[in-house]
Amino acid sequence: MSIVDPIAEGLARGWKVTDGATLTGDLSLSADVVIVGSGAGGGMTAERLAKAGLSVILVEEGALRSSRDFRLDEAKAYPELYQEAANRQTADKGITILQGRTVGGSTVVNWTSSFRTPPETLAYWRDWLGLKDLTDAALAPWFELAEQRLSVSDWQIEPNPNNSLLGKGCEALGISHGRVRRNVKGCWNLGYCGMGCPTNAKQSMLVTTIPDALDASARLLTRVRVERLLTSEDGSRVELVGAVALDATGIRPTGRMVTLRAKEIVLSAGAIGTPAILLRSQLKDPLRLTGTRTFLHPVCLSGAQFAERVEPFNGAPQTVYSDHFLRVDAIDGAVGYKLEVPPVHPMLAAVTLCGFGQRHAELMQTLPNMQVTLALLRDGFNPGSMGGKVVLRDDGTPVLDYPISDTLWDGIRRAWLTMAEVQFAAGAQSVLTMHELARPVKSWAEAKRQINNLPLKPVLARVVSAHVMGGAAMGPDEQSGVVNAFGQHWQVKNLTVIDGSVFPTSIGANPQLSVYAFALRAADALQKRMAGG
Amino acid sequence: MLTRRQLIKTGAVGAVALVAAAYLAGPAEERTVLGAQPLGFLTSHDMPIVRAIAPAMLGLAPGGANPSLDELVAGVDKAILALPIAVQQEVRELFDLLQNRWLRRWLAGVHSPWADVRPDEAAAFLARWQDGAFVLLRTGYQALHKLINAAWYGNPKSWAGIGYQQPARVMEVLP
Ligand SMILES: Cc1cc2nc3c(=O)[nH]c(=O)nc-3n(C[C@H](O)[C@H](O)[C@H](O)COP(=O)(O)OP(=O)(O)OC[C@H]3O[C@@H](n4cnc5c(N)ncnc54)[C@H](O)[C@@H]3O)c2cc1C
Ligand code: SF4
Repeated sequence: MSIVDPIAEGLARGWKVTDGATLTGDLSLSADVVIVGSGAGGGMTAERLAKAGLSVILVEEGALRSSRDFRLDEAKAYPELYQEAANRQTADKGITILQGRTVGGSTVVNWTSSFRTPPETLAYWRDWLGLKDLTDAALAPWFELAEQRLSVSDWQIEPNPNNSLLGKGCEALGISHGRVRRNVKGCWNLGYCGMGCPTNAKQSMLVTTIPDALDASARLLTRVRVERLLTSEDGSRVELVGAVALDATGIRPTGRMVTLRAKEIVLSAGAIGTPAILLRSQLKDPLRLTGTRTFLHPVCLSGAQFAERVEPFNGAPQTVYSDHFLRVDAIDGAVGYKLEVPPVHPMLAAVTLCGFGQRHAELMQTLPNMQVTLALLRDGFNPGSMGGKVVLRDDGTPVLDYPISDTLWDGIRRAWLTMAEVQFAAGAQSVLTMHELARPVKSWAEAKRQINNLPLKPVLARVVSAHVMGGAAMGPDEQSGVVNAFGQHWQVKNLTVIDGSVFPTSIGANPQLSVYAFALRAADALQKRMAGG
Repeated sequence: MLTRRQLIKTGAVGAVALVAAAYLAGPAEERTVLGAQPLGFLTSHDMPIVRAIAPAMLGLAPGGANPSLDELVAGVDKAILALPIAVQQEVRELFDLLQNRWLRRWLAGVHSPWADVRPDEAAAFLARWQDGAFVLLRTGYQALHKLINAAWYGNPKSWAGIGYQQPARVMEVLP
């Protein structure tokens, strides 16, 4: 059996794709719409607008890869497919951030979990943030559309042991749990989604909307990084998109400039990426909201040893979850968390496991019997968890300043306790909280004692994130948001933000389906605006 | 890894250490290691640092069926080169700091030149920085932890030792 390569086929059909690394001179282009970033938001928007007959240029700072490049190899995948080689960190290095950086964005490396925006999140946005139109009923059609487009469905195959042990532990403690829906078609149940799907089963933007947009004559520029938008004198319109071509490593500019003109500009560079472009462009922003309220769903982790083999590196990555601890307190009360299970492969496991020397080596040697549970914290609701702020380094690249507040530390400690309890309930022989000073413990009582005494200091506790959201928040007026509920910038009229940066709080569930649905809704509104004007 | 701001903040610590050190005998100078060719990022002065720290960090002996020390150093170099320029600059600052014999002695607590450092001395250094009082030390430790572990466990030669292998049924049909 051979695996088709939809990208090679499309290129052979004559897709208009330009690799910035190969440019020998400056490039200047114009179109109806320029879309910056080709991830969840950009992919959905490109397909919609290109199929409506508009001329579209899609600009992506990462490279164009395809299934033939996805070799189930972490050392190859992280530098090629992730922002900062999967080593992006917050300003104080307290949180490591995973984000995609390739054609298709984070959707190429994500773990396929597909949840709609939870009703309680939308209710909070309506009741407390004034986004009155965002009702469940108004959004339902957009979720349905996104789910259809990306083949989201129930995962019928038995979860791998890494996941089923989470279910078993919850069951034993009487904690509600469920099965995750996934955007896959003909999945081989391999578990390597984080390194790019080698079989094209994952319905990422790379194999769905982007090929369709290119077939509808959109043009794709890769390894081209948008630096700034130049506006008209009164600041009300974008006149020019200024970008630089990057070399084959994707790190250094080659010196070739790319300038783009369009009637409408869409920023889909993702959270951190989109606010960075807005900040570099010094757009009108009287209340300096841009980049603030950037959320992470900070994740803390707990490892456990089982007598039986778990092989956490094999099998679909995230198939069981529990929302029980999101519902213990009010949404803006003590921070709640969602329990899930990450895929565990050698390189990421080794850098994530704490300690060094023989202790670390011994942990690694037990990898086949290791189960890992994660808790993602719902930030952005409790006043003590108002997120981080995107700031620019001297060279204009962004960094997220996100100190972990006491409110979040409290949630992290509770989540560690929960995870240890669940793992012991599932039959774990020992549990190791992911903190530099934690040691494996053999009982729940011992775990409680240890966790309650761990110092809550940045860099000692392992905190990671794969869900960056916010930084260009929707708001009902220009006092409360950077963009309106359709992503249109409040100050700059032909600029629309369509990606995860528009969310005014975290989602409280894995965000991809929220990004897709809001993107379809915003792209539809943009298309109508363009047809009308 | 460290930021410039942290370096300046903790630069004060370094300065105090330097003043104190001036009253004491000078720490042993680094030796030039013959035959070490600089890689893309790592200089011939950086490499002895990685070579000294790696076995202590990993708790494993390079060579044999495992990745060799040369392969590990090359892996660290490659991992650094994949980072954005601003972050590479921070790694540069870390290696420069470790190379400075005064800071090596008084901030890292390492007496011998790196080329002579034994695993137990390297381990003592790691333990000191792992839970260091200053965030600079903790982030420096984390940077070394990440780079060395990524270089080792990203190398397929390390996989047999941890009972890991890629799924054969798909590896066989990859184009
Ligand atoms: C490892 C991992 C696992 C995940 N698992 C899940 C999951 O199971 N379920 C789920 O719901 N969500 C998951 N997510 C999150 C989900 O994929 C993201 O929330 C979603 O893709 C965000 O969409 P976006 O359009 O905002 O940004 P992205 O999809 O990240 O796309 C942004 C794109 O813009 C590009 N870009 C940035 N700056 C520039 C610039 N200046 N010029 C040109 N291009 C630029 C980037 O390179 C990138 O390709 C995961 C994410 C990761 C990283
Ligand atoms: S688990 Fe399925 S979707 Fe993920 S990489 Fe494997 S085949 Fe692709």
